[in-house]
Order: sequence, then C-alpha cells, then structure tokens
Amino acid sequence: MSSLLFYMALALYLISTGGFVVFIIRQKKWVFTVSLWFLIGGFVLHTVFLALRAYGLGTMPVLDLKSAFCFFSWSVVLVYLLFHRKFQLMVLGAFAAPVATLLMIVSSTMTWTNTPVSPIFKSAWLAIHVITIFLGDALFAITFLSAVMYLIQEKQIKTKNLGPVYKRLPSLATLDSINYQSLVYGFPLLTIGMITGSIYAQLDLGSYWQWDPKEVWSLITWLFYAALLHERLAVGWRGRRAAIMSIVCFAVLLFTFIGAGLWMGGYHSFGSLGIGKAL
Amino acid sequence: MSIILNIGMNHQTAPVELRECLASDPGTAKKALAAMRDSDEIKEAMFLSTCNRVEALVVADHRDRASEIVIGLMESLGNISTNSFADHLYQYEGLEAVRHVFRVASSLDSMVVGEPQILGQIKAAYLEATKEKTSGVIINRLMHRAFHVAKRVRTETGISEAAVSISYAAVELAKKIFHELDGKKALLIGAGEMAELAARHFMANGIRSMSVANRTVERAVEVARQFGAIAVSLQEIPYQLLEVDIVLSSTASSEIIITRQMVKGCLRKRRNRPLFFIDIAVPRDIDPRVNDLDNVYLFDIDDLKGVTESNLEQRRKEAARAESIIEEEVVKFDRWLQTLAVVPTIISLREKAETIIQNELSRSSGLLASLSPSQKQAVITLSRSIAEKILNDPILFLKDRSDRPTLPTYLDVTRRLFKLDEDGEKE
Repeated sequence: MSSLLFYMALALYLISTGGFVVFIIRQKKWVFTVSLWFLIGGFVLHTVFLALRAYGLGTMPVLDLKSAFCFFSWSVVLVYLLFHRKFQLMVLGAFAAPVATLLMIVSSTMTWTNTPVSPIFKSAWLAIHVITIFLGDALFAITFLSAVMYLIQEKQIKTKNLGPVYKRLPSLATLDSINYQSLVYGFPLLTIGMITGSIYAQLDLGSYWQWDPKEVWSLITWLFYAALLHERLAVGWRGRRAAIMSIVCFAVLLFTFIGAGLWMGGYHSFGSLGIGKAL
Repeated sequence: MSIILNIGMNHQTAPVELRECLASDPGTAKKALAAMRDSDEIKEAMFLSTCNRVEALVVADHRDRASEIVIGLMESLGNISTNSFADHLYQYEGLEAVRHVFRVASSLDSMVVGEPQILGQIKAAYLEATKEKTSGVIINRLMHRAFHVAKRVRTETGISEAAVSISYAAVELAKKIFHELDGKKALLIGAGEMAELAARHFMANGIRSMSVANRTVERAVEVARQFGAIAVSLQEIPYQLLEVDIVLSSTASSEIIITRQMVKGCLRKRRNRPLFFIDIAVPRDIDPRVNDLDNVYLFDIDDLKGVTESNLEQRRKEAARAESIIEEEVVKFDRWLQTLAVVPTIISLREKAETIIQNELSRSSGLLASLSPSQKQAVITLSRSIAEKILNDPILFLKDRSDRPTLPTYLDVTRRLFKLDEDGEKE
C-alpha cells in the first residue's frame, strides 16, 4: 500500500514535469494549470505516504538515504507551492518540478532499510530538527534555481541575445527577489534546525557538539549562507554576484547532505542511522 | 516663373552647436517668417526648426537673390559669423526641393529613419506660416501633398514600425530588468526626436520621475516642461546616476558623455541597484564597456534595431519602396506645377469645353438624327461659339495677369473652379 502511494506520487510528478516542459515550449497557460494540479495531486499522495511511514516508524522518515531523498523531494514541492502562491511565477515550476521528480527517482532506485528504529529517534526534538533542516534545504534549492535562472537571463540580456529563452524567463528583478526571499526564509530555518539538533544531541547523547563530519559540514554550509546573507544585507550585493555565491553555497549544502552522510562516517551517516549505532 | 527653393542644415551637414544657434529660441521661426514676408524677393515662405534640422522653404523668382536673403537671415537670427556657415547648408531647387520636402515629411531624412514626430513638427511649422500669412498657393499645395505622401509612406511601407518598435523594445527590455517601471526614475540626456519618443513610451509605462540634461540649459528646460521633468546640466550627470534607474541618451556630442569610470564609481553608492542605459546617439554617448559592469545594462541603437528588425535586407526594401512612392508623388506635383502657367491653363479650359460639347452632342444624337448635315453643322458651330464666349473673359483675365505675382493664385482658382485637374486630387 505504502509503496504504491510512493510510485503514484512519482508518476504524478513525472506527468507534471512533462507538462511544465510542454508549457515552457508552447507557452499555453492551461498546460501550466493542468501540470500544477498534477503536481498538487502528487504532493497530496506524497504527504499521505510520508505520514503513514512516519506513523509506522514512530519517527521522521529520514533515517536512510532513500527516505532522505524522498523527504527532500517533498520539501522542495512544498516550498515551490508556497512560492507559487506568493510570486505566481509559472516558469519556476518548470525548474522546481524536475528537481523534485529527480530526487524521487533517485530515491526510488534505492531500497528501504528495514532495521528496527532505535528508540532514541522517537523524539519531538528530532522531528523539529529534521523538518526545519529539510525546509531550509528546500528553500535553498529554490535560491539555487533562481540563481541559475538569473544567470541565464542576465547572459541573454548582456549579450543581446533576446530570443525564446529571454522571452520565457522572468525579469531579473523577479529572479533576484526570489533568490533573496528564499535565502531570508531558508537561513533562519537552517539555524533553528542546527540549534534543535544540538539540543537533541545534548538530551540524548549528552553533548551539544561532537565534531561529527555532518555537524562540521553543516556549520560550514551555515557560514557560507551567513556570508551570502551578510553581503546582501550589509554590502548590497545583488544580481550576478549573489547568484554565483548562492550556487556555490548550494554545492556545499549538497556535499553536506550527500557526501558527509555517505562517505565520512560519524553518527549522522546513514549507515549508522539505520542501525542506531551512534549510541 | 517661380522657383521653389529649400535651404537648410540637418544632423548630417551641420554640428549641433550650429543648429542650436537657430533652434534654441522658439521665437526664431516667427521672426524669420516676418522678415521673409517683408522681403520683395520672396513670395512664399515657411520655416522649419527642430533639434535635428533648420530649414527654410521659399518660393521666389530669382534663385540667387532669394538664397542670399535666406542665408543672411539665418546668420543674423542665429548670430552666426559667416565664413564657414554656407558649407554646412544644403540647397535644393525645383523638383529637388519638392523631393526633399517629401523625404523629410516621410521621415526618410531623419536621424532615426521612420520616427513619427517630424510630421507633427512640419505641420506645426506650416500652421505658423499660414498664421503669419507667408504661405501661398505653391507652399499650400506642396505641404498638403507632403502630408499625403507621409501618410502613404507610413501606411504602405513598414518604415515607421522600426522607430516605434525601438521605443517599444526599450520599454520591454526595461521590464525584463526591473520587472515593473512604477517608481523608477529616468534621465534623458540631450533631446533628439527619438529619445523624446522613447521617453514618452517610458512615461506611459509607469515612469513618474524624470530629469532632462542638456548642453544648453534653455533647451533642457523646454524639454523638461513637456514631460513635467526636472532640468539639470551635463555637469550634474554623475550625481544623477546615483538616483536614476534608466538613462536615455541622444546627444550629438562627438565625445563620450558617460564614461565607464563614472558608472563604476556610482555602483557601490547605489547599492548595486541595476542601471539600464539606452544610447540612441550616433556617435555613441556612453562608453560601450559599461555593459561589462555588474548590474549595468547598455543597449545602443544598433542593439535595439537588432532586437526589433529581422534583417537589414527587409529595411532596405522598405526604404526603396518609400523612395519610389516619393518619386511618384514628385512627378504628380511636377505635373501640377506645370499647369501653373497661363498657356497650359487656357489649353485645358478649351479642351474641357470641347469635351463637354462632344459629350452633349453624342447624348443628343437621337434628336439630331433628323437634321440635314448643314443643320447639324450649324448646331455644332452654335455650341462652340457659346462655349467660346463664356470662356473668353476668364481667358482674357488670366492673360492680363500673366506677369503679376498673384498669377499662381488665379490659375489655381481657375483650375479648381473648372475642375481642370482630372485626377481630382483633394487637398
């Protein structure tokens, strides 16, 4: 039942991604509307799937890489839908939906780890830690996407190549504004996520900070985003520089998310999470 | 026989400093017209002055004497010391002058070919001439034909689309940079027709605050008044760059007005808010390298043309079509001019009478069929002599006045009374 929900959500995401691509080429508004509803449908199934799984496990469904990708995908769709309400920017869907779908596809190629969940993961602190971190990451994914779109559009304008790409992408001001907004909301979420994680570690592991690789890399990521935010707010960076910096930041974030989780060991690594070894 | 003469200078023949001598004072045209009205050599006159051209259109009997008077008048009105002045002038006479007037009205002689404002400026100049009572039969006819030609060129060729679409493209680009233009500020440097057109487009799309910078402050104030803008001097541009978002430049300066250094220096103080430069001037006013700076976007006239025009070939084709329309109209005008002599008018009058007689005779051929040949001949002779008697006085009247300056007016009235111009062209 539960994996059926997973694949149905993935199927709807795929259809919606295809629809967004058609929309980008044909520029027909109804295509966008239909695709958006497919995405929303997929999101509802995805939410039900995650809720059932969380209920079944008794904790947040993020303890192995497959689940983490799946949850990340859900977060990206959620954030995109919220941004859509605010900006009404249709073209963003054509960037966000494929990312969410890709994350789901990656997730679908892996297998669930079915080891029993260690009781220490059944904590409200963990839930807050995971939700804020993932929503922050999803917002940073939007920051990244808008930065890519900004650089493409800026290149079109600077080189006076005002063709179909230029016509379809939104204005530089809009892209910069999305980049800024997602950063401004993403940063506090990441911060809260790290603080709650630290509190949770103190409560359950007896230490706020253990120099675990994921902790270290999260701090590095946080510092990168803090630098970007500082440059934007205090120095007045915007546009191209901010876009490039947000792409660099996202690369660091991805490394933290995947690299530090897979290859660097420590109690955050998915290998340890699966069997609850850390403790 | 009168001759049409066109003397003037435009953006190609004269530097802006020289044109401004005559263009800066709005009262110049009135003074020029009054002076030409008082001159015995000049029979009709019109005076056109825009930021890109100053020219006088006159009708006179003696070419050399008239041109001497017009050039002298321009010199004295503009306080220009003679020597090199004549080198910057063009002079057209006869059909060349007619062609030139048509080309100017159709915006083929403009800095930005196809820009629509020149026609309005010509209409205003003509209105001024009619108010000052310096226009006569020939200029009246020439102007009405010019308006007609301009309309034909605008509707039958794509030449005017380019200029309008350049302004449109500039506004679209600005929207792709700023998203919306409400609350944005613009700076207009120099005051070409094209820049003013673009400025108008920007105002229509949400720009509320604008400043106008010009080399001569009077001109800046004048343009600023049109837009409800603030006039500033060229020296204030670096300070303006801290405030504005969009800069439209179209001065005739041969040097760069906005340097890379100037723009670079202001970016940090602007907190990197984007700056959009539109350089309509040839040669350029803005250093092309400012486009390399972050958050600065520069488009010059060729970039904008590239945006709007699929290809150069198409534009050449449109221009060629416009030129052929003008040739056609010059020939028509020439035909009309030819009739403004006594003999052709008398011939046309007689031909008209003969045509009427023939038409009436053939219409009555049924009734006349019962008459003998000699009776028939008598009817024809009778008709002819009645027509002859009716036309006799008008013909004598025209012959009487054949060497008076008012002759063209009478000829024109005659032709209209008897509807001698078969193509029946309306004015």
